[in-house]
Parts: sequence; C-alpha cells; structure tokens
Amino acid sequence: MLFSLIESFRSALIAIFANRMRSFLTTLGIIIGVASVISVVSLTGGMSAFIGDSFEALGSNSLTISSYTPFEDLMKGVRSRLSPEDLELIERRADGIASITPILAANRSSQIKYGPQTSFSEILGTTYAFQDVSQSYTQSGRFLAQSDNLTRRRVAVIGEEVRDNLNLPDNPINEYIEFSGEWFKIVGLLESRGEVMGQSRDNLVLIPYSTMVSILGNQTRTDIGIQLTLSPSAELDLVTIQLTALLRDAHNLGAGEEDDFRIQTPEQLTEQVDEILGTLTLVVGGIVSISLLVGGIGIMNIMLVSVTERTREIGVCKAIGAKSHHILMQFLIEAMLLSLIGGIIGLALGYGLGALISSGIPDFPPASVPPWAALLALGFSGAVGVLFGILPAAKASRLDPIDALRYE
Amino acid sequence: MATQSKGVEAAVFNSELGTDMDLISLIDISKHYQMGGQTVKALDSVTVHIAKNDYLAFIGSSGSGKSTMLNILGCLDRPSIGTYHLNGKDVDSLTENELSEIRNLEIGFIFQSFNLLPRSTALANVMQPLVYRNISYKARKKLALEALQRVGLDSRISHFPNQLSGGQRQRVAIARALVTEPSILLADEPTGNLDSRTTDEIMILFDRLHHDGHTLIIVTHETEIADHCKRVVELKDGRIFSDSRH
Repeated sequence: MLFSLIESFRSALIAIFANRMRSFLTTLGIIIGVASVISVVSLTGGMSAFIGDSFEALGSNSLTISSYTPFEDLMKGVRSRLSPEDLELIERRADGIASITPILAANRSSQIKYGPQTSFSEILGTTYAFQDVSQSYTQSGRFLAQSDNLTRRRVAVIGEEVRDNLNLPDNPINEYIEFSGEWFKIVGLLESRGEVMGQSRDNLVLIPYSTMVSILGNQTRTDIGIQLTLSPSAELDLVTIQLTALLRDAHNLGAGEEDDFRIQTPEQLTEQVDEILGTLTLVVGGIVSISLLVGGIGIMNIMLVSVTERTREIGVCKAIGAKSHHILMQFLIEAMLLSLIGGIIGLALGYGLGALISSGIPDFPPASVPPWAALLALGFSGAVGVLFGILPAAKASRLDPIDALRYE
Repeated sequence: MATQSKGVEAAVFNSELGTDMDLISLIDISKHYQMGGQTVKALDSVTVHIAKNDYLAFIGSSGSGKSTMLNILGCLDRPSIGTYHLNGKDVDSLTENELSEIRNLEIGFIFQSFNLLPRSTALANVMQPLVYRNISYKARKKLALEALQRVGLDSRISHFPNQLSGGQRQRVAIARALVTEPSILLADEPTGNLDSRTTDEIMILFDRLHHDGHTLIIVTHETEIADHCKRVVELKDGRIFSDSRH
C-alpha cells in the first residue's frame, strides 16, 4: 500500500504542475479564503498580544474603580458617582494597597492653547502616585509632586503628542499652556506610550488633582476614578471583596441593590478585548467558510473535467492492474494536494498581507499568526479537497476498463 | 500463408485437443450484448485451448468477434456463458478488483495506439504496473531497466512518449507488458499505427520473445502479421472459422 501511495502523491503532483495555470485558477478560491482569514487572524493575534502586553505594563496587580449607573437609575435621572470621600475612605480603611490615586477628568472643555495653537486632549487631574499606578514616567522635567497637590499649583505634565499638536519646542519645560482660562506651567514631558487600536495614548495632559477640583469647583458633585496598585503580598480577590464591602457601606446600598461602581482588573479588560477580537475572528471565519465552499466546488468541477480528460489513461491503468481503490486514491490525493497547495499559498499570502497592513499603519502591533490558526487553515483546505474530491474520484474508480480504453 | 478454408470442423477438432498442459482454456464461451432490444452474439460457443509458448493470431474482419475475444482473454470482460481457465485459475466469475489483479499478474497488454501515460517518462511507464504490486521504487526501477534493455530501448528511458517515435513508443509498451513477467502477452493490432519498416522491427522483436519462451497472442486483421505466428485462428460471426498451424 505504501509504495503505491507514494506513487499516487508523485503522479498527483506531476498532474497538478503539468497544468500550472489551470491548477492555480482552480485553487484560487482556496487561496483567497485562506489568505483573508490568515491576514485577519494575524492582525487580531498581533493586536491581542500587544494589548496583553500593554495591560501587563499597567501591572497585573492594579485595579481601577469607576462609578457605574444601573440602567434603571439612569432612566430615573439618578447618576452614581465616586466622591473624594470614597477615595479618603479607601486610603484610610483598605489593606494591601501600595499606591492609590484619584483621576478627575475635565468634563467640560478640554481645549488647550499655546500661543495661537489650540488642541484638544484628555486632561486629567491626578497625583504623584499616577506614575506608579499607570507606569507612565517623564522623559524630561519632573512628574507631579505631592506639594503640587497640596498647594494647588498650576503646573502640567504633557504627553508627546500634545507637545507636537501645540507646536511646543522640543524641550517644552517652563512653557505655559492655557486650559479653562488658567495658565499652566509645563514641568514634565511624558515618555511616549504609543497607540492602542489607532488611539494615541500620548495626547494627555496631567495636572494636580486639587487644581482640577478647584477649576471644576462650581460642579459640586464630582465623579472621580480611582486607580490603585496592590502591595506585593496582597491578594487581588480579597482586596476586591474588601473594597466592594467598603464602598457598598459608604453608598448605603441595601442587600438586594446592585453595585453602583465597578472594580476592574487589567485581566478583565484584556478579556473584554479578547472577546471582541474573538467575535471578529468568528465572523471572518464564517465568511471564509463560504469562500472555502466555493473553492471546493471549483476543485470538484475541475477534477470532474480532469477525470473525463484522462478516461483513457484510467482505462490503461486498470488494464495493467490498477484496482478501483488505486484510481480512487489517485484522484482523491490529487484533489487534496491541489487544495492543500492553495492553502499553503494562501497562508503565505495572508501572512504577508497581515505584515504589510500592520507595518503600513504607524505604531500598529506586528502581525503574528498563531500556530493553531496555520494548522487549522491547512487542515481545512486539505479536508475541503478530500470532501470535494470524493465525487470525481469515485466516478474515475468506477469506470469500466473497456469503455475507458475505447474513449477518444 | 494462413489456411482459411478448413471451416468449423477444424475448430471442433482443435478444441478436442485440450490437455492439462494448456495455459488457457476457453470452453464454450459466449458473449451476448443487448442492443436496441436485440441480442447480439459477439461470441457464440467458442472453445479454444492455448498452450504455453504458443504464438497465436486471432484474425477476422470487423464484427467477427476479435475484440470481444481480446477483452475476454485479457480479463477486461467476463463471458456471458462458459468457463475460462487461465494458468490454472478460474477467471470467469471474478470480481472487478480480482480481475485487475489477474491482469496485473498474468497479462501483458500491447495496444494499437500504444496507450502510454503521457506525463510519465518511458521508465516511469514501464514501472507503472509494478506500482500496483506495491514494490519499492528501487526494485521497480531495476526491473523496468531490465525490461527496457530487452526491447533495446535502454538509451531513451527519460524521454516522454511525445519525444519518442511510434516504434519506440511501442517498444516502451512492450517493455511495460514484459516487466511483470506475465504468462501471456496480448497484443491488439500492435503494428496498426506503424510504418512497414517499424512493423518489421516490432515483429522481429515478437519472434524473439516467442523464441525466448513467451506466450504471445496477437489480434489483427493483417495477414502479414499473422504469417509470423505459429497458429492462426480465424473468427467469423462470433464463431471459429478456421484454426491452423504452420
């Protein structure tokens, strides 16, 4: 069986390469299908690896607390919020916290000015602890200091893109920018943190938390975010439970009421992103299975033509001793190889396409094809070949040798 | 010259000569086809015994039953009635796949239009029947080279059929028939597509194969070919018209 099988592979390859153009066109459906799925998978794969890395940078022992308004309350016009008192409470009562910082976003105008230039960016009021919690450090100048907060100093630490947008000098330290009618002295420039999904992470202005509170002063009901990192010995789950209990108590929530805040870990964020990417992959997979189906039908069609063309050869092979299964295997292997070669070309093409796209978009994570996706793509294309090769191969194997030999 | 006038009696006479030494025994073979509601008797109660190392020609005009005789002898077809013993095996009731095996083991086919595989080299064509015996490449190549040497074509083994002349193609086909060491060589109008000079070459090769001990059966309508044979069986309307030795 072995040697005749090897021979089947050899003659299948000869038959495929004897009609290069036809084989290529036949397998084009498979090539396009596999190339498209692999390029999408390589992009999403690269993205999820990158997102994983960026949340890793946040520190796997960090937590984000933000307010959450249940839908029912939203309809009533009630908005949940986290207050500075909640922050104080956590600072005083919670265990296992290494550093904690409030984050207060400017929720009216986030327009900033430098001379004639204006720009919009994310403006956050926070404290010195932000640099540990979010792993963002200055490349020149200094970060916000404790004293900045205590004295409500009008100072700012800006991201690389803000400097660029406002045409600030290469060293923007000691320049002044205007925000909400106040002048802020730039004391530090942050290291670039790149982009996530096309969203810049460098378009950021950090000012002291207490300064932000005073600017937003007339809005008494501020809603802050809280970021914290755990001390190395602390258990994430225990801290989460403790924080939940503290905040529920502070917000006077009854036993049956939903939390009016959310405590999120980087893992949860990663999971959410992965879920979105997973859905995307499924959708693409669905589209691709249609293209593989069409490709398979193309292969079946051309194999049927091939069987008719080679009727006489089949007759000769039967006359000199080929049994039905020899002919069957011959054509099945040919259909499988045809499809598999398409799969391999599609794999290479899809990888190249993914790499091209990811390198074409600035700061996009590099494309990566997980081995399971490559194997799956090849497995599927081979299976398509076998599936759609059955009919032509069975037709060939059932030919009567006398009729086949007489065929012109 | 073939003797063509002895009539049916000669066939009956010859059929009585069947012995245990026979390589082939066709006994009371009939083959019927249904054609447009009518039954056509392509062969009608034919009995032939063929001994080992016989050199036999079946001759006859078209419609005489030659092709049907060839198909049955070559185990490509089964008789409607009758028994067929080939080299001690009963082959009239075998399945398709069993017939394939018998063809591979016992019969070497030589066709009018050569019937080589177009995408395979001369060597690969000769190796092909051995593939179905599941023999390793190395062993196949050795046997095929020997067979090509016997037909005097060992210098053009890597040429494809379309790079060979008609005579060379037929030699490759003969090598392919020889490579399995079959008990009979079955040739169907082997020189029908060849010019007279090449025809002579091929017939000389057949004579030599007969001399070497092979059993040759040739189906032809050319009397010049039949003249080379030691025994000529003429078919007419599905029956044996004459059977002569010379």
